[in-house]
Amino acid sequence: MNIIVPIKQVPDLVEELELDDSGKALNREWLKYKINEFDDHALEEALQLKDALGGTVTAMALGTDDIDKSLFTCAAKGADKLIKVTGDFDAAVASHVAAKAMANVIQGLEYDLILTGVQAADDRDGQIGVLLAHYLGVPHVSVVTGVNIDAGKALVNKEYSGGLMGEFEVDLPAVFGVQAARETPRYAPVSRVRQAMRNTELEEIAAGDCAVAVGSSVSRMFKPETGAGAEMLSGSGEEVAARIMNIIREKGIKV
Amino acid sequence: MSNDIFVVAEHIKGALEEVTFEMLGKGKDLAGNFDGNLVAVLLGSGARELAGELGAADKVICVEHAEVADFNPETHGQALAEVVKSNSPKVVLVANTSMGMDLAAGVSIEAGLPLVAYVTEMSADNGRLTVTSQLYGGKMNVESQFEGEQCVVSVMTGSFSADAGRAEGTPAIEDVTPSLGDPRVRFKRLIEPEAGDVDITQQEILVSVGRGIQNEDNIPMVQELAEALGGALSSSRPIVDNKWLPKTRQVGKSGVKVKPKLYLMVGISGAPEHIEGMKDAECIIAINTDENAPIFDHAHYGSTADLFDVVPALVEKLKG
Repeated sequence: MNIIVPIKQVPDLVEELELDDSGKALNREWLKYKINEFDDHALEEALQLKDALGGTVTAMALGTDDIDKSLFTCAAKGADKLIKVTGDFDAAVASHVAAKAMANVIQGLEYDLILTGVQAADDRDGQIGVLLAHYLGVPHVSVVTGVNIDAGKALVNKEYSGGLMGEFEVDLPAVFGVQAARETPRYAPVSRVRQAMRNTELEEIAAGDCAVAVGSSVSRMFKPETGAGAEMLSGSGEEVAARIMNIIREKGIKV
Repeated sequence: MSNDIFVVAEHIKGALEEVTFEMLGKGKDLAGNFDGNLVAVLLGSGARELAGELGAADKVICVEHAEVADFNPETHGQALAEVVKSNSPKVVLVANTSMGMDLAAGVSIEAGLPLVAYVTEMSADNGRLTVTSQLYGGKMNVESQFEGEQCVVSVMTGSFSADAGRAEGTPAIEDVTPSLGDPRVRFKRLIEPEAGDVDITQQEILVSVGRGIQNEDNIPMVQELAEALGGALSSSRPIVDNKWLPKTRQVGKSGVKVKPKLYLMVGISGAPEHIEGMKDAECIIAINTDENAPIFDHAHYGSTADLFDVVPALVEKLKG
C-alpha cells in the first residue's frame, strides 16, 4: 500500500492575525505556521495503514516558505519519503492551483491511496482533496474517519451530522479527506525531527503547468465584527468562579 | 448562460436539511437581484416526494437514478455537474457540509466554474455577486469577487434565515436522467450513532470542554464540574477526534446541536463549526485564556482566567 499524504501549513490560529497594508491579505511577516491539523490526522491514518499492511508513506507539500521543517516532521513521525513540489507559490496559494500542482506531480508516481486533511483554515476556493481527485480523475470521499483496506478496495466511514455516518466501498486509487485518524496523531520530539533532517532526503519535483483559472479574487479581508460580545469577568480563578456562581444563581439555573 | 440561481437541496433519511431552506431563502433574494429563476436540484430516488416542501423555488429539477438512490460523492457529483453544464445557471449554491464538500469542488472543475467556500454572506450589486467567507477558524472574514459571469458558492449552515426559504406548494418539476457509468464509489449503509450514552441534546446544563484542557488526564476535572452542576459533559471536535470523549458528546457541525439553559465552555476557542451547534443556548459562559478567541463574540459571559484555576474553584463552591 503506497500512500501519498499532501500536507499544507496554515497560520497558527492561537496567534493574533493582522492584515497587511492592502487590506486584502494577512500580514505574514511575523506569522507562525503549523501543519494543518487535519493533515496531521491524514498522516496518522496513513502511518497506521502502513503499519498494518506494509508499503510506504510519502508526505508531499508545495514549496512555500519554511515548509521543509513540516516535511521533516512527517519523516520523524514515520513517513518514508518527502516531496517538495517546487514552483512560484506564495503562502496564500489558491486551492485550485495547489491541487493542480500536486496532481501534476502525483501523476508521475505509483500510488494506491491519497489521504489529506478534509479541510484547512484557509481554503477559500475549496478543499484540496476533492479538487485533487478531480484533477487526477480518481474517486474521492470527504469527511472520512476510519479507512480499512481489503482486497484492493477501501471501506470508509463518512461523517454526516449528529453522529450519523455513511459507509462506502471505494475502488483504489482514491483520495480521502480525513476528518480524524483512528488514533490521536503521534508527536515527534525535536530530536527526531533533527535526525530526520540529517537522514531523510527531501526530493524536489517541479510543479509544471498549474496555471488553472481560480476565477475569483479577494477584494477585502477584515476581522469579524464583534457582536454584542461577552461581558468579561476579570480577576483570579477564585473570583471568576464566584462571579459564575452568582450568574447561574441569578438566572435560576442552579441554587 | 441563464440568470438562474440553482440550490442543491440536501436531504438525508427522507427529510430535507435546514440548510436547504436557508439557501432557498437567500437564493430567492439573489434570483430577484439577477432577474432569474430560483431552481432547486433534488438528487435521489424518491426524492421528488420532497418537492412539495420546495415551494420557494420556481422549479425543481429531479434527478432520479438507481446510482443516486443514497448520497454518493461520485454519482451525485457527476449528476450535478451534468445538470449544471446543461443549464448553465448564474450561481450554484451548495451547502458547505459533509455532502456539499464532496460536490462543490467537483462541479467547479467539471463545469469549469470558480468556487468560493465557507460563505456566510452574499450580496448582488450591478449584476455581480460579492461573497464573504468565514476563514481562519472564524478569526477573519474574506470578501471575494468573481471574474466571470457564473460561480459555485458553498454556504455555511446557519448563515441565512430558513423561514425565508420555506413555502408550501410544489413547483414545476423537470425530470432529468443522468448518464452514469459503473461507479467507483458504492454506498453500503448508514451507520446510526451508538446509543446508550448520555443524550446531551436533552441536558439543561452542559459543561463543554475543548482543546485548552491539554490532555486526557484533565478530563475527570471537568467531568467533576459537570456532575457538581447536575449536568453533563460535552465537547468540541478535537476532544472527540483524540478519543478522549465519545462521539455522542460532540457539539457542532459534525456533532449535535444543543440548546441548554447553561453552556459553560472551558478551553474552547469557538471555531464556526462549534458555534453552529450551540449558539442558541440560553446562557453561554466561556473560559479561555486567548483574549482574541472568537467565542467571546458569541458568549454572554467570558473570562480569560486559567481554566485550571476556575474549574477547581467552581467545583469547591458547588460542593461546599
